[in-house]
Amino acid sequence: MSAKKTLFEKIWNAHLVAQPAGRSPIIYIDLHLVHEVTSPQAFDGLREAGRKVRQPARTVATVDHNIPTEPRGTPITDLIAAKQIVALQANCKEFGVRLFDMDSPEQGIVHVIGPELGVTQPGMTIVCGDSHTSTHGAFGSLAFGIGTSEVEHVLATQCLAQQQPKTMKIDVRGRLAEGVTAKDLALGIIGQIGTDGASGHVIEYCGDAVRSLSMEGRMTLCNMSIEAGARAGMVAPDETTFAYVKGKRFAPQGEEWESAVDYWRGMPTDEGAAFDKVVEMDAAQLSPFVTWGTNPGMVAPVTGRVPEVGSLRDSERRSTELALQYMGLEPGKRIEDIGIDRVFIGSCTNSRLEDLRSAARIAKGHHVSAKVRAMVVPGSQTVKRAAEQEGLHRIFLDAGFEWRESGCSMCLGMNPDILQPGERCASTSNRNFEGRQGRGGRTHLVSPMMAAAAAIAGHFTDIRDWKFR
Amino acid sequence: MKPFRTHRGLVAPLDRINVDTDQIIPKQFLKRIERTGFGQFLFYDWRFAADGKKSGDFILDEPRYAGASILVAGKNFGCGSSREHAVWALADFGFRAVISSSFADIFANNSTKNGFLTVLLREDEVGELMRRAREVKDYQLTIDLEQCEVRDDQGFRARFPVDDFVRHCLLNGLDDIGLTLQHEAEIASYETVHPPPSALQARHP
Repeated sequence: MSAKKTLFEKIWNAHLVAQPAGRSPIIYIDLHLVHEVTSPQAFDGLREAGRKVRQPARTVATVDHNIPTEPRGTPITDLIAAKQIVALQANCKEFGVRLFDMDSPEQGIVHVIGPELGVTQPGMTIVCGDSHTSTHGAFGSLAFGIGTSEVEHVLATQCLAQQQPKTMKIDVRGRLAEGVTAKDLALGIIGQIGTDGASGHVIEYCGDAVRSLSMEGRMTLCNMSIEAGARAGMVAPDETTFAYVKGKRFAPQGEEWESAVDYWRGMPTDEGAAFDKVVEMDAAQLSPFVTWGTNPGMVAPVTGRVPEVGSLRDSERRSTELALQYMGLEPGKRIEDIGIDRVFIGSCTNSRLEDLRSAARIAKGHHVSAKVRAMVVPGSQTVKRAAEQEGLHRIFLDAGFEWRESGCSMCLGMNPDILQPGERCASTSNRNFEGRQGRGGRTHLVSPMMAAAAAIAGHFTDIRDWKFR
Repeated sequence: MKPFRTHRGLVAPLDRINVDTDQIIPKQFLKRIERTGFGQFLFYDWRFAADGKKSGDFILDEPRYAGASILVAGKNFGCGSSREHAVWALADFGFRAVISSSFADIFANNSTKNGFLTVLLREDEVGELMRRAREVKDYQLTIDLEQCEVRDDQGFRARFPVDDFVRHCLLNGLDDIGLTLQHEAEIASYETVHPPPSALQARHP
């Protein structure tokens, strides 16, 4: 066996608790993030079996998926959603789990608050009953989404029985051009390898283009790993990572900090370590992207066109035809000629301070098109406060955007923020599946800058030609 | 968990690739706090018009597929959200297995926890089963987990791969929390060396 290890293998090996013969290895879970939608049945399971939460100190909960983004204190009119929130509150109380509740100054989308609180740290294994748990891989941790049965498994045992996934290196050379963001890199990758291109694999993103991303950018990139089918996505920890984590509320302090950083410095993949699969990309070839179809792999540069279907192979042709029919688009249409009705800036993909800053830079001094309704939903209360301190909310409000409370909101439309049938939305979220943002709604995935520009222009436009004010 | 050994049943074809879990069970039905009752909402937006009336043109609503318990679908089935509700909805509707040429990882994982089988066959085999399910009246398949084999009465026979341990759990309907807790001593000794971060151990309200 080679002594040279990948980042993934180092984390995996460090968390092996047992390797029973003929069974899946059992790995330890350092951090379990919990939210209201995928946990109630898991807590019920614990109660039925008379089990406890094994490690309440490694379990952190918040409410994000179905809470309204109206001002806090407004009663929740959706009674079933309210019941789910009450269930989480009761479960956290009964089992001694720390909850960042509706009224907490640190509430927010679970994948935004983990890093903000410093509970997300390099080298960890992190799970959550949510596929976008891959976000936390940005810190050089192994983070992946699980279903409710596994949520119960982790609550009860702090472990998971898992088959070891394969490894995939995505090496992005060069630098992203001005106006081309981590979101565009993610969409470019999915467009190239497909929505199942990384199935069964943990991706490690490498190369200069990735190294030069901020932590926010790395989170956006790792967040979208699941849209390429990956089990997880990760970026090796470096000075950028340490600078972000340092001083966070639950980060190690003092001597503990020093020894943690020493350990983390040993995490990156050893020179010459082997991956099961390697993909190479050139950052200079990437543009701002816009999805035109009903999965994130159906993507084109903003300067491009909706595809013609004639040249595609059978199953691809059929799915493209179905997608275009659903999206109400003709083959060959120019992306910049697609008009929009709604704009959503938010979600665990793109709702952090840097995302809001970049959108505000576009919006400043402009006004949202008269035919567009645009909303900005900060990822957390912490992001919201920071943005307000910088006056970003003023820029958005003056430009005609709505400025709302934090939550998952229109990314998945479990709360009242949804598209009406036929409405077309430029969205900074992660999925353009049929009906995801509301039945009959048509979602185009873009970066925050592209979304802000589309809100103002009323159609997609290349932000590389934007007139900043 | 309900054991899965051998199952014979009617086959319904869903000729789509990349069927995501948002389609299998749309988000408005994720607010329930129970594990049961999701079958009525399976593929809701494809089966029902906006006013809640059955649209009638979805494949599972064709009378010939009523009572189907095996679904054959295009590649990358179950992609997207981790919602286990997708498996609960398929199982509650009456399905015991899905056959495809690839499955999203989380969906496949969730399936095994519910005695629900994801059967991986080659793309040409899936295509052939899709064709037979459309053309042969009352088309039945047998899925034999003991032999890791799918077969019909017209001579179709194909082997499928499955992890030994997963197969063992499914055949015996084992509860994997119980299995993990058999390693209590190892977990406890790991925890002695790796206590929770001190900041998180502090008391909280």
